[in-house]
Amino acid sequence: MSAGPTVLRHNRVDLALHQLRPGDGRPLLLLHGLGERSPADVPSWLDGWTGPIAALDFTGHGDSTIPSGGGYTAELLLADADAALAALGQATVFGRGLGAYIALQLAGARPADVVGAVLGDGPGLAGGATFPTSQSFFMLPQADGPPDPYALAELSRDLRPPDYAAAFVRLALAGSHLEEPITVVAVFRPPWLEAVAAEPGVAQSSIGEALTQYSRA
Amino acid sequence: MNVDRVANFPGARAPDRAWRIDADGVGLAAYEWGDPAAPPVLCVHGGFDFARTFDVFAPKLADAGWRVVSWDQRGHGDSDRAELYSWDADLRDSLAVFDEVSPHRPLPVIGHSKGGGMMIQLADAQPYRFSHIVNLDGIPYQSRIPDVAEHTRTKMIASEIAGWLEHRRGTATAERKPGTVDELAERRGRMNPRLSKDWLRYLVTVGAREDSDGWRWKIDPTMRFGGFGPWRPEWAVLRLPGLAAPFLAVLGRAPEAMGWGTEPERVLPFLPPGGRCEILDDVGHFVHIEQSDLVAALVLEHLGSPR
Repeated sequence: MSAGPTVLRHNRVDLALHQLRPGDGRPLLLLHGLGERSPADVPSWLDGWTGPIAALDFTGHGDSTIPSGGGYTAELLLADADAALAALGQATVFGRGLGAYIALQLAGARPADVVGAVLGDGPGLAGGATFPTSQSFFMLPQADGPPDPYALAELSRDLRPPDYAAAFVRLALAGSHLEEPITVVAVFRPPWLEAVAAEPGVAQSSIGEALTQYSRA
Repeated sequence: MNVDRVANFPGARAPDRAWRIDADGVGLAAYEWGDPAAPPVLCVHGGFDFARTFDVFAPKLADAGWRVVSWDQRGHGDSDRAELYSWDADLRDSLAVFDEVSPHRPLPVIGHSKGGGMMIQLADAQPYRFSHIVNLDGIPYQSRIPDVAEHTRTKMIASEIAGWLEHRRGTATAERKPGTVDELAERRGRMNPRLSKDWLRYLVTVGAREDSDGWRWKIDPTMRFGGFGPWRPEWAVLRLPGLAAPFLAVLGRAPEAMGWGTEPERVLPFLPPGGRCEILDDVGHFVHIEQSDLVAALVLEHLGSPR
């Protein structure tokens, strides 16, 4: 990749949107896992997608801004991904780990613009509890580079009740022209993803099959 | 701000001192009333409020011998506008104030609305920080999404999420709408219909700034009332029974837009041992403003003598 990333402004955060592969047609938007950053090149496991590919660095990750004092929620990352979607137009989304959870939310929030969301394994897939917890609160050392420690701490324990996650499937199904707008390819199924996989409108297949299916949609 | 522009309100008194504190890169504006050597008590404001909303209530505690400290939460009042906002971040910011005001010693804490809900959670997570807890109409319980048919619920959630995302797309350039003192007071009055016009005008002059084209509320325009997420209001009461510090709740029965919509009687089964709940009839969400004398008396009785 020769050119630098496109910078998207989301509130006071500059988000880096990388073009991994240029081309015509509907792009694939890659959302990385917790603590990761966008890859420099197209990963081999995305071979099934022949069109253009873009990858977003979430707030506090990769080349995106590291905020002061944390305050991360999955819903704020959803708005990060929505900023990328606004720049790309219609897209198919592939999420790894935490990115899979965000891809699910984006598919439910923007069902007309997300033409299929593929939910894969990766860091941050499980998230936190599904009920109120006794977790405490602490200041963390200032980040001297990505990823932001607050992102790692807060997004590894965000509440993910299964019925909350399943609601995004219903939103996606209600607004998408696809019969199965979400595909689970993850092997590991934490409770929220078990609930998602059990919903009507959710396919389960391999990464290659899912990408091929959505590229034809 | 030009002090001549501050409106008058009976009983309202500006803080005796103001200072700033760093909460891991986010600057917080703190204020205090009373003798600086007196025992401290913290007042925690609600969402879309700011510390100066205690300008009537805090002096009553200060005059009774307490050093009353409050602060503007991130994005509110004169505190820094942050890149990110969350309930957990507000809780963590509060640790900087606790550590500054009363390091290694528990102290009484009074929380209104969201501030009350936050302090329930912090008292559960870090009980060693609290000697007494006072909750002013700040016990979340009831969900804002009513119990409706599934397809209706799906539509409501879709609309809420779409509205929120559209708001987020505009945050980079968002600004609060300017107006006169009366216009801002009138806007706030729609959310606080039970509060007097004079009080709302006073709030404008301490909670808004005057620009060349008019007054604007200081609160970060990227913040938005409501929202969505996995957290459920009814989870807050589950932490109540285990609280160890003496607990007093003062709840207003009259529903208001900025309140949690909690029916006071639903809270009673969750009170901690020895906990007390005062339910005020025909009083709204801002119990400490509508009935400042009564509520201050209840709080002072609960806290006992300052020492």
